Amino acid sequence: MLYRENGQFKTSYRSDQQIFPILQDRLAIGVLLLLAFVAVPLAAPEYMLRAILTPFLILSLAALGLNLLVGYCGQISLGTGAFMAVGAYAAYNAMVRVDGMPLLVALLLGGLCATAVGALFGIPSLRIKGLYLAVATLAAQFFADWAFLRIPAFTNNSSSGSVSVARLSFFGLPIESPAQKYLFCLAILAVFALLAKNIVRSHLGREWMAIRDMDVAAEVIGIRPVHAKLTAFAVSSFVVGVAGALWGFVHLGSWEPAAFSIDRSFQLLFMIIIGGLGSIMGSFFGAAFIVMLPVLLDQLPAWLGVPISTATSSNLQFMIFGALIVFFLIAEPHGLARLWSIGKEKLRLWPFPH
Amino acid sequence: MTLETLKRIAVAGALVAAGAAALVTAPSALAQAKEQFFPLLVYRTGPYAPNGTPWANGKQDYLKLINARDGGINGVKAVWEECETGYATDRGVECYERLKGKGASFFDPQATGITFALTEKVPNDKIPLLTLGYGLSAAQDGTAFKWNFPLMGSYWTGSDIIIQAIAKKEGGFDKLKGKKIALVYHDSPFGKEPIPLLQERAKMHGFELQLLPVTAPGVEQKATWLQVRQSRPDYVLLWGWGVMNSTALKEAVATGYPRDKMYGVWWSGAEPDVKDVGEAAKGYNALALNTSGQQPKVIQDILKYVHDKGQGTGPREEVGSILYTRGVIIQMLGVEAVRRAQERFGKGKVMTGEQVRWGFENLALDQKKLDSLGFAGVLRPLSTSCADHMGSTWARIETWDGSKWTMTSDFMQADEQIIKPMVKTAAEKYLSDKKLTRRTPADCQT
Repeated sequence: MLYRENGQFKTSYRSDQQIFPILQDRLAIGVLLLLAFVAVPLAAPEYMLRAILTPFLILSLAALGLNLLVGYCGQISLGTGAFMAVGAYAAYNAMVRVDGMPLLVALLLGGLCATAVGALFGIPSLRIKGLYLAVATLAAQFFADWAFLRIPAFTNNSSSGSVSVARLSFFGLPIESPAQKYLFCLAILAVFALLAKNIVRSHLGREWMAIRDMDVAAEVIGIRPVHAKLTAFAVSSFVVGVAGALWGFVHLGSWEPAAFSIDRSFQLLFMIIIGGLGSIMGSFFGAAFIVMLPVLLDQLPAWLGVPISTATSSNLQFMIFGALIVFFLIAEPHGLARLWSIGKEKLRLWPFPH
Repeated sequence: MTLETLKRIAVAGALVAAGAAALVTAPSALAQAKEQFFPLLVYRTGPYAPNGTPWANGKQDYLKLINARDGGINGVKAVWEECETGYATDRGVECYERLKGKGASFFDPQATGITFALTEKVPNDKIPLLTLGYGLSAAQDGTAFKWNFPLMGSYWTGSDIIIQAIAKKEGGFDKLKGKKIALVYHDSPFGKEPIPLLQERAKMHGFELQLLPVTAPGVEQKATWLQVRQSRPDYVLLWGWGVMNSTALKEAVATGYPRDKMYGVWWSGAEPDVKDVGEAAKGYNALALNTSGQQPKVIQDILKYVHDKGQGTGPREEVGSILYTRGVIIQMLGVEAVRRAQERFGKGKVMTGEQVRWGFENLALDQKKLDSLGFAGVLRPLSTSCADHMGSTWARIETWDGSKWTMTSDFMQADEQIIKPMVKTAAEKYLSDKKLTRRTPADCQT
């Protein structure tokens, strides 16, 4: 009743091709952005901003980047943690080695380095496919772990191998308080999400999807697999690299290679599988599910007033979390994003389904 | 997808949303008066749990003892909340953010990685960071690291004492010349911390230092011990934690490397590390910060006031084990810092993190005080100051005799001549990297 596009006539290609062709969607996203940019920083408590929303935003960005590669181009990657690490360490090196380096430039440089490394490790994708490629990208993960642990130049000769940054600022504005950090990440995420959405709607995105759906057919109609696959690796790694730099700079403040271990790669892959492969929206759903649910489950016994030991609660958390993943994958193998669109379809017919 | 499943999912979603709403309005009932809040970061799960659990139990039991025996700290009840970090930095940061707003007295993150991340955060939140025997070695310098307290030792003092012990065994520092000493370490900031000091000592005495990293968590060490077999170092220093320690000892047995030539850090010298290896680990040495056993009065008190009342946190037979006792010591130092702060800022009042920091900086635990607290013989006296956030740089060597740990050396002190300049240089580098300045003498008074 409320959600239907009757009477919204498209009179130009432009209006037909906008990201949100339905007025209600446009309004909803406007309200959401307004809430995220204005209401949340004003109202949310510090814990919420620092420990939940900021990591959620950063991991959403990383999931978004990975989704471009896995969801849109069909190239399974287990090297996401490595590309995040490259982004973080490259940005760190830019920061310490160049005096007065602006934060944004350092982040983008981190992204660019990740692009180069990503494209390099994407080369095997020209020959191998599917699970074999996943194993090949695993090499990136182990290589990055090794490089950042062993090569002292990358960590500015830090004796412990841990690096840290402090006093971040953006065009003279400090990024210190929880709200500032949140807004900074949110702004970057919003820009990248818009860019990503437009890339996947452009000829490049269509090339990726053609390769994903059937590479031989794509080649026959004139798509260059080399170009499509390597651009997918490059663009994805760029986004992931920026997310890695944000994770180190804004969220942790001080980190070691363990922050970008193989666990991180798996975590991000699970995010997009649960959220929805090949969906920008799905990256957000998946990140929300994986970041927030464990924290929620962890605190649930305390709120309910059930006295259980930390160890039991922690183990229970793993079990419930695992069970929920299985449940969602059985209920909807295409991820939460698919559920979302089914919900929208139903809403269109509501309350008179035929 | 049927409508039915969609409904079910909607219900599940609503539950999650309700939980999320509760997340926003997390209860802050702990802010009542007369309760001193102690956040406890622990890991009772994961590869480090065998060592993390007794440590966490000791910390909690001591707080229970303070409440049950003394009625709190000068009448202020101790309250606490545990948060599981799993030894992971990001989860540790989440725990820190969750617990800091509840009036945290101090944080003891129990992990070097989390310590590094929190070191950047505590100055803004004005909460002291207690890292007994771990963390950032340079943080000993209190004029540069206002909020860090690596009490009783760092990896620099620890490795220095091991080298001294080896020199004593060999019959003098000059005998170290030409020897080969290998460091088998957890490949993380924790394991890398001792390297600068060992390099310094290697230069001084002319021994060769061989670095053998072990990938975390350290269950796979075949390659490392193959290198040990090939190069046959005269001594092996073990810088491990959790499951890495027992694995290293098993590999040493398999390689045939003599266990009495092995020296572990104080995190590699507890019961869980050698229990599985048992008799075969006989002769293995490790640094000791504290004694173990159920004889000390404080442990007896814990048994009497906490465990006999059925309030014990862990199994009774684990009470008084090495890491358990270390947990008790950590919590005792924290409680004493609160008590010391109360002497200045008001007896029987709840102390803020800032006030507890002053307490940590002005700890004066002499033998008499330790005896009265029931810690006679458990640890050495220590006293801190603005310049010295460590308080004591003494440790002993203990040896596993196949069934229990026994002390096999007197207390040794880390060589100030070596440590001091290194701490100074490292602190200077930290300050200049962070564009910070040293604290002024006036700041020391606050």
